[in-house]
Amino acid sequence: MDNITATIQVVPLNHYILLSAIIFTIGVIGVLIRRNAIIIFMSVELMLNAVNLLLTAFSAYSGDASGQVFVFFIMALAAAEVAVGLAIIVMVYRNTNSIDINVLNRLKW
Amino acid sequence: MIDLVWLIPLFPFIGFLICGLGRNVLPKALLGGIASLAVIVSFAVSLGIFLQFDAKTAAVVNLFDWINVGTINIPFAFQIDQLSILMLLIITGIGSLIHIYSTAYMSHDAGFGKFFSYLNLFVFFMLLLVLGENYIIMFIGWEGVGLCSYLLIGFWYTNGEYADAAKKAFIMNRIGDLGFLIGVFVIIATFGSSSFSAVFPQAQALVSGDTTLTLITILLFIGATGKSAQLPLFTWLPDAMAGPTPVSALIHAATMVTAGIYMIARSNILFSLSPVTMSIIAVVGLATAIIAAIIALTQTDIKKVLAYSTVSQLGYMFLGLGVGAYTGAFFHVLTHAFFKALLFLGAGSVIHAMSNEQDMRNMGGLRKKLPTTFITMLAGTIAISGLPPFAGFFSKDEILAHVFEHNVVLWVIGVLGALLTAFYMFRMMFLTFWGSFRGTEEQKHHLHESPAAMTVPLIVLAILSVVGGFIGVPEALHGSHWLANYLSPIFEASNSRLGELSLSHATEYALMAVSVVGVIIAIAIAYVKYVKNGHVPLADSEARPALAKLSYHKFYFDEFYAALITKPLDALSGFFYKTVDKSGIDGIVNGVSKAPVEASKGFRLLQTGNVGFYIFAMVIGIVAVLAYSFFKF
Amino acid sequence: MSLFYLVAFLSILFSLLVIFTKNPVHSVLYLIATFFTFTIHYILLNAQFLAVVNFIVYMGAIMVLFLFVLMLMNLNKDTEPVKSNLIKIIGVIAGGALLVTLVGASKALQTSAVSAGPNSEIGLVENLGKVLFNEFLLPFELSSLLLLSALVGAILLARKDKKTQNG
Repeated sequence: MDNITATIQVVPLNHYILLSAIIFTIGVIGVLIRRNAIIIFMSVELMLNAVNLLLTAFSAYSGDASGQVFVFFIMALAAAEVAVGLAIIVMVYRNTNSIDINVLNRLKW
Repeated sequence: MIDLVWLIPLFPFIGFLICGLGRNVLPKALLGGIASLAVIVSFAVSLGIFLQFDAKTAAVVNLFDWINVGTINIPFAFQIDQLSILMLLIITGIGSLIHIYSTAYMSHDAGFGKFFSYLNLFVFFMLLLVLGENYIIMFIGWEGVGLCSYLLIGFWYTNGEYADAAKKAFIMNRIGDLGFLIGVFVIIATFGSSSFSAVFPQAQALVSGDTTLTLITILLFIGATGKSAQLPLFTWLPDAMAGPTPVSALIHAATMVTAGIYMIARSNILFSLSPVTMSIIAVVGLATAIIAAIIALTQTDIKKVLAYSTVSQLGYMFLGLGVGAYTGAFFHVLTHAFFKALLFLGAGSVIHAMSNEQDMRNMGGLRKKLPTTFITMLAGTIAISGLPPFAGFFSKDEILAHVFEHNVVLWVIGVLGALLTAFYMFRMMFLTFWGSFRGTEEQKHHLHESPAAMTVPLIVLAILSVVGGFIGVPEALHGSHWLANYLSPIFEASNSRLGELSLSHATEYALMAVSVVGVIIAIAIAYVKYVKNGHVPLADSEARPALAKLSYHKFYFDEFYAALITKPLDALSGFFYKTVDKSGIDGIVNGVSKAPVEASKGFRLLQTGNVGFYIFAMVIGIVAVLAYSFFKF
Repeated sequence: MSLFYLVAFLSILFSLLVIFTKNPVHSVLYLIATFFTFTIHYILLNAQFLAVVNFIVYMGAIMVLFLFVLMLMNLNKDTEPVKSNLIKIIGVIAGGALLVTLVGASKALQTSAVSAGPNSEIGLVENLGKVLFNEFLLPFELSSLLLLSALVGAILLARKDKKTQNG
């Protein structure tokens, strides 16, 4: 394990930022191009995790534990969010027989 | 006694309050009694002051400090001198007679109490006007009588035409009042005070023709043209005949319309030092006298004839002022008050007898039916025509003598006007009292002489019209001219500047002879035309010769003003109403509210309800915010 | 070092597959794979506690929940709604713009100069636990409340409404 941590020390923080940005963007693109509510939800999870990863990297690189604590809280929050969000999706599916978000267009005017 | 001068305006004011508040409660007899008594008591006090006052200088009674701002101190003070005392006597004396007359004339009117409260209020303001020790008090009275005039012209306000006439009078007066007010401001700015006792001595020190003085006098004269119905603001007075006849007699013949003359006579020193203004006044006065006389020639409404006659006589007064005959002008104010009040009241008596018929074409032959009215009106008519020894002769003669000395051309025109006066006045008399009755059977049946309350004032005024002239018999006729002596302290400074009348007695006799002969000829022509030939004015619809048409339609003054002032103003207000207000201001206000509404209608469509679209917009937003904050485009 | 790049490559690959796969079930599976690569990242960063939590909570619980819901709805490729290509292209372009902006922003901030190297001790369960139960005790306890309310809310939402069912 020590060996592994030693090897990543040479990885610059910028690469973590880049990786997170790419994953986050993929999540965004997923939200934009998919109409399946569950896939969109998963894309949101992707974005959350990209941020988690970046927070952890920052925490590790700056030697501050707070970042990792935040990640922990974000995970707790994500668990709650997924529970409620999926419940909503189930509800929507039950009422409209579809999980196409374009069906949910009555929230206007 | 002089210290009690404040009682004079107080009584009519109390009368106004009682009549105004008790108009629906108190019986008519009591209302009329209180109102008449208030003015009669004022007359008694005035008479007392007249008998007691013999000082050469004015007595000032300071009531209280009114306006005290910075260096300007305007006390609420009354000034007693010969001029104001004579005005007091005219106002309260003729006022009393007209009040008594009105108790009978208005007895059938529903607004009896209202009428007397207005009438008393008018007397109050008129007294304030003549008693004021400074221009500000005078202005209060000036505006007050304007208000009362408005109220009384529009007394029968349910008639739209009458209400319009009231508005016309009010607005026309406002134009003049503005001039007067600005003039007062200039006086205060120039002399630092509005008190007569402070302004006139300072003014005497100025050179003749001073620009500021000319400005002041012209502004004051503009005020006078409004109040005293001179060109170009005279058209309201004939329309003012819409009011009850006693009102026409009191306000629009005897008192209020002479306020302009009083004001100029009061400020005579200012005018004497402004030759330019004097010339303007003379020309305007003469033009008014002639034009009004020509219009009066063809009028068929008995009150309209008298109204134009009033305008014409006021023109003479201004002519007199303009040539420096202050005494003469004021003399004419006095005599005119007698005979014109008499004529109006007589006309009122006729109208009363004719069941509110005012058109002379429907009268005729009333001589037998209304003997008292006939005799008294005849006296008034002779007086106004200027036949000796009736009152009008002396006053008119004095003015014309001064005019002759001043300018012969003006004199010729003036005498011509006097002849016209005689003609149209006798035309009115002949049409009304001679010939055969032209009204309906019902009117004929109702014809009756007026009650004593109406005839007694007529008789009193008739006596005054006959003998009133003797207070100013000129030297040429072996008179002492009491009036000139009495008023000499007032006009002393002006007379010393302008010089006394320097005509030889022979010239004066010649002038008198010319006008008297002319007047007799004019009367003869009128007699031949209207009695011998029984000529009756044409009906409205019939065509008239060009000149008569011009006269009958009052030289189209109203139409001219309508085209020149009313129409452009209407157009302007229409423009402001439709374009500036409706489209402009309302447009902005409505636009401010409409813009968000319309914008929201547009933006609402952005809310498609499509979640994908929202997310897309959100991403664009994030990109924009990040890009802005990091790259600062 | 090369391990990081390999894992990073796999993360990007799997996450792309998540969003581009037609079948939702496959998407979920790819997402699990992505999260697994994330777990490896955490281990590489010596954040052992997070690695474990990520493995258990995300991969174990949340992803199973997703899968379960998908199964419940009986979704397959045929019912998958398709977006038009234009929208897809626009979405990709917008995402690309976001990426460019993010990267550009990080470049503009120049955060690369971090003095302290990774503290190997920090991500250990013991250290993190100490921080969590000292400084962040109140938020930690509050998060339990959050989870409880989420629990109640989820049950309430997903419960079949008898009235609407019958009526």
